Amino acid sequence: MAYSEKAKLHYATELKGIKEAGTFKEERFIESPQAANIKVEFPAGSPPKEVLNFCANNYLGLSSHPEVVSAAHDGLKERGYGMSSVRFICGTQDIHRELEEKLTKFLGTEDTILFPSCMDANAGVFDVVLDKEDAMIADRLVHASIVDGMRLCKAQLFNYKHSNMDHLEEKLKETQDCRFRMVITDGVFSMDGDIAKLKEICDLADKYDAMVLVDDSHATGFMGKTGRGTHEHCGVLGRIDVITTTMGKALGGASGGCVSGRKEIVDLCRQRARPYLFSNTVPPVIVAAASKVLDIISKTTDRRDKLEENTVFFREKMTAAGFDIREGVHPIVPIMLYNAKLAQDMARDLYNEGIYVIGFSFPVVPKGQARIRVQISAGHDREHIERAISAFTKIGEKYKILGMKKNEIIEMYGL
Amino acid sequence: MSEEIKNLIIEYVKKEYLEEDAEEEVNENTPLISSGIVDSFSMVSLKTFLEKKFNIKIPDDKATPEAFDTVTNILNLLKEYNVT
Repeated sequence: MAYSEKAKLHYATELKGIKEAGTFKEERFIESPQAANIKVEFPAGSPPKEVLNFCANNYLGLSSHPEVVSAAHDGLKERGYGMSSVRFICGTQDIHRELEEKLTKFLGTEDTILFPSCMDANAGVFDVVLDKEDAMIADRLVHASIVDGMRLCKAQLFNYKHSNMDHLEEKLKETQDCRFRMVITDGVFSMDGDIAKLKEICDLADKYDAMVLVDDSHATGFMGKTGRGTHEHCGVLGRIDVITTTMGKALGGASGGCVSGRKEIVDLCRQRARPYLFSNTVPPVIVAAASKVLDIISKTTDRRDKLEENTVFFREKMTAAGFDIREGVHPIVPIMLYNAKLAQDMARDLYNEGIYVIGFSFPVVPKGQARIRVQISAGHDREHIERAISAFTKIGEKYKILGMKKNEIIEMYGL
Repeated sequence: MSEEIKNLIIEYVKKEYLEEDAEEEVNENTPLISSGIVDSFSMVSLKTFLEKKFNIKIPDDKATPEAFDTVTNILNLLKEYNVT
């Protein structure tokens, strides 16, 4: 055994540092299926508490939907538990190809390839499509998985100020000599719930002959009138060259992701994307359930419509109650508190009131922009949302922040 | 020359990383990385800018968050490449 005292001490010191920085993540044990109502054991060892969940990515409330669970059971019965293989040896079933075809149709693209997760899709795609004579031009706030994917790619990296189209244009001009360029953005940015300016991005990409890649994980299934995603919301269906997205959020929430887009790019991913080639196939049970989710949301927009209504209701009532909310239309609703401790304290008090939300602070969000991030779901009933608003109002009164503007909150609590 | 380089870098940082309406002041001792003005992902464009501007190659093990944390630190790093 060569786990030396020196190594042990090093890791222990790292952990201590994380704790001292206040960024140590404690996991809470949930003793029920994922839903609006959940039972949580927190702190560890305490009796389970019933709370309303406002921090899941369960946007359409399909994570534990009876039809989805039943489809998973059928998948398990008819196609088994595991495939014990990667896709290209003996890990591709008929249902894998069917799901890829359904995703292609739903997203309005040319073809789709499944990955074990969207993290894997993002880790694999750049290295396949770009090389050292090419350029990646990314929004500065893209998701960590894109950052990692770009690090694995030899193409030159450029980034532009968040959603700043003038800066993007500068970078496109700067990179005119490159062979291929790809503009890279999240469709919806997960900390602010703001939406990429895809219309402007596509226009600029056309003007400067660049491709566009969008990670639409926080949008697939509900953004846009029929839930196709940010490209539908922004009126650019068919103009995005590569969409990466997940089945781990609105589409049932289990796991799995994909690269969907231009046929040749998808085909090349099948040959060369390392996380695809060297990971096990997505298990049949997940494929069967995700396939059912696509059937449900292709047939009716009821769930995304309910999500939209819930979001509008929550945003309006919270604004009326006097909270400082980042404006927008997305079910991610950032309640701005600016001070990290205030965000932590309020999240803890809200939990005691039976509302499960999380406070976010630096380095997850920029310094001085601490907030509680609320995530609305179609699984919430009006009564759930009213309970959350009333708990927020009670705790907001306790900390005397209702009706206060940014400067006033900072003056009272500091940054 | 050093003063000129200093101002050049400060101007680049302001233009590249701060929003037009930003209230932050940047001088040679303003922490860039540890303050969050430049995150580790965006640092790459600062490195590329320096490399192109001064025709040098900064290896990854030299381009640490500490070496890039202030303009003064960057000037010290540049000295190793005879950029003064």
